[in-house]
Amino acid sequence: MKKEIGNVEIIIEKWKGIKGSLIMALHELQHLYGYVPQKGAQQISTAFKIPLSQIFEVITFYNLFKLKEPGKHTIAVCLGTACYLKGAPDILNELKVLLKVEEGGTTKDGQFNLDVVRCLGCCGLAPVMTIDGEIYGKVKKNEIKDILAKYKKKEQK
Amino acid sequence: MNKQVIIDKTLAGKKDNIVVSIGASSCGIAAGAEAVFKAFAEEIKKNSLRVELKKCGCLGMCSAEPLVEVKMPGKASVVYGRVNKEIASKIVTDHLLKGTILKDYVFEANKGKQLKIVLRNCGVIDPENIDEYIAREGYDALKKVLSTTPETAIEELKKSGLRGRGGAGFPTWMKWSLTRASKGELKYIICNGDEGDPGAYMDRSVLEGDPHSVLEGLIIGGYCAGAKQGYFYIRAEYPLAIARIQKAIDQALASGFLGKNILGSDFSFEVEIRLGAGAFVCGEETSLIASIEGESGRPRQRPPYPSERGLWGKPTMINNVETLANIPVVFLRGGSWFSEIGTEKSKGTKVFAVTGKVKDSGLVEVPMGTTLREIVFDICGGIAGKKKIKAVQTGGPSGGVIPEKHLDTPVDYDNLQKLGSIMGSGGMIVMDETDCMVDISKFYLGFCVDESCGKCAPCKIGGYQMLKILERISEGKGALTDLDLLKSLCQTMQKTSFCGLGQTASNPVLSTLRYFEDEYKEHIEEKKCRSHKCSGLLNYRIVEEKCKLCGLCQKNCPTEAIEGSRDKGYKIIKSKCVKCGKCYDVCRFDAVQKG
Ligand SMILES: Cc1cc2nc3c(=O)[nH]c(=O)nc-3n(C[C@H](O)[C@H](O)[C@H](O)COP(=O)(O)O)c2cc1C
Ligand code: FES
Repeated sequence: MKKEIGNVEIIIEKWKGIKGSLIMALHELQHLYGYVPQKGAQQISTAFKIPLSQIFEVITFYNLFKLKEPGKHTIAVCLGTACYLKGAPDILNELKVLLKVEEGGTTKDGQFNLDVVRCLGCCGLAPVMTIDGEIYGKVKKNEIKDILAKYKKKEQK
Repeated sequence: MNKQVIIDKTLAGKKDNIVVSIGASSCGIAAGAEAVFKAFAEEIKKNSLRVELKKCGCLGMCSAEPLVEVKMPGKASVVYGRVNKEIASKIVTDHLLKGTILKDYVFEANKGKQLKIVLRNCGVIDPENIDEYIAREGYDALKKVLSTTPETAIEELKKSGLRGRGGAGFPTWMKWSLTRASKGELKYIICNGDEGDPGAYMDRSVLEGDPHSVLEGLIIGGYCAGAKQGYFYIRAEYPLAIARIQKAIDQALASGFLGKNILGSDFSFEVEIRLGAGAFVCGEETSLIASIEGESGRPRQRPPYPSERGLWGKPTMINNVETLANIPVVFLRGGSWFSEIGTEKSKGTKVFAVTGKVKDSGLVEVPMGTTLREIVFDICGGIAGKKKIKAVQTGGPSGGVIPEKHLDTPVDYDNLQKLGSIMGSGGMIVMDETDCMVDISKFYLGFCVDESCGKCAPCKIGGYQMLKILERISEGKGALTDLDLLKSLCQTMQKTSFCGLGQTASNPVLSTLRYFEDEYKEHIEEKKCRSHKCSGLLNYRIVEEKCKLCGLCQKNCPTEAIEGSRDKGYKIIKSKCVKCGKCYDVCRFDAVQKG
């Protein structure tokens, strides 16, 4: 943690004094930690002279910002229209069953986070999901186990 | 008329080159374009061939990604679809070395009816290379405009008849002229790259495949409106688009198309990127402005319109990505050239992302006035599988469904509105007979309820109440009076919501009610969902032949409605079943079936 605090300072240095840059700074903070930690938000609050309550309001308004540390791997299932029609709800259910989590939840072992997003812009490949940003298109229900296994294996190595 | 959209100056010198282009936008990469690129590079090296191998933007036939285009000297180009490593090496050894086309892998899309203005460079140039853009008349329009006055340029734009592609279809020249006329030294121009419609990706493809054309449009817009600062507002879900726009900005700065005294003129202009953070309402212009100001994206009172009081209280012009990508061509070919394309009141082309149950899902650019049937059947190959088409949805959560019988309507702003839908930004979702209209309307409304910012009561409460009614109907617990209630709630939301989100959120409900009221009634009166979608109206059963006796269904049933054991087999007791669908979800062998 200690080393990374330096990075928060770089983010603050970069955006401080630029009008309306709060959201950009929050994006970079989340990129660094995978979520927006309270300490970092506090630092931004002090540096930008924006009350923490207002920052909290912004974080909770936007869907992409997270307040809790997510699992090691983030799975995002697209529930946009194209994916919805092509069976994305089945994919989501399968993941829920396999991982034993609900939407937005983290598995007990802290390995996976299960998120839902609205359209990743790859609708031609529907249904689509991403794991840590890597896109999987035309996902079939029976392939999911193998896809997940890849990430579990990476862990053991 | 002369339909040539762009003159390619590279072609002459490079005629003798073999060119292999690989579609490397998000969908291409998702389908494995990087691995295919590597395979080509290796094979080409192994065979010591001289080939220009490059990555380009979206070729438009997204369901057949990864796509590879091969251009041999003096021959027409060939596009291969669903290419993998093995096919790549075959293409090198057979096509590149021997000139034999691999017929089995050729992907033929019916391109004939398309006219590519916005997508003129997508899939043709390497988006990360400004020289390739310049070679295709890139930044020539900017030069032309800078040599005239903003007023003359706006006059030219007026002649073109270009209307905004972000949804509402407001005449672009008028927006530019209003912003220009607003008082104040400081003005802003914003490119709206929020693309919130779930199921649409035209703007992403243009940003990724031809970032310079949008940037050039933005700079020209800045000059005409009298703005010195521009912003790209792009949704954070599009990392590749963001990276490519940043690269384009850097390259344009280095080449003197951006920054101080552009091309020696006294016009200076700067551009920055701001990111969305997953809020649909931020596509609405006043919410977008709030978001750029670093606040929650809640809409603001209009009037005053942004052209008068926008970003930080200054006159602001907001244009959609596709609108801006049209701008360079309008000035290159001239306003009257542009106005010859399309219908009387809708000029130019429109890009659609055709998805859903269609065979060749992808990006399509057609002149305004092309019929829906031509788009779905002639260009995109019709419905996948042996199903029948039921409807086409345009305009996303703010739009409506258009039933089969109206497919011959020529697409333009006014016609779609008459049918109870809207042009929207260009999402086009094809639905077949297995899609339930009650379910669709529940889906879209659910989206708007999720995305409602909570500022005004009609949207926040009205939307929620309508969703409850739809849920009731889809579970077979609705009453016929619910339909009237729905209609009256729809009208209230349309008339009294604060911003466009709430005003249009009821469109999917109204349009499904207009064309498919019988389906609603069937759910209510007969407790039947003909498409087998509404799980509350289904019956589940276990198919003996498929059951492997694992017992997972029984273990997961919340109401102990599954009887039996590993040796006897399993059965669902109807009276106990609450139709939650858990057994269907957990079964690994498709032994649980709905009906
Ligand atoms: C709820 C809502 C969502 C919108 N989403 C978008 C969007 O994603 N992209 C867009 O360009 N315009 C969107 N608009 C329209 C914008 O408010 C605005 O009209 C448009 O960006 C203007 O650009 P144009 O004149 O070039 O069409 C949306 C409007 C509403 C009411
Ligand atoms: S709807 Fe899923 S990627 Fe667009």
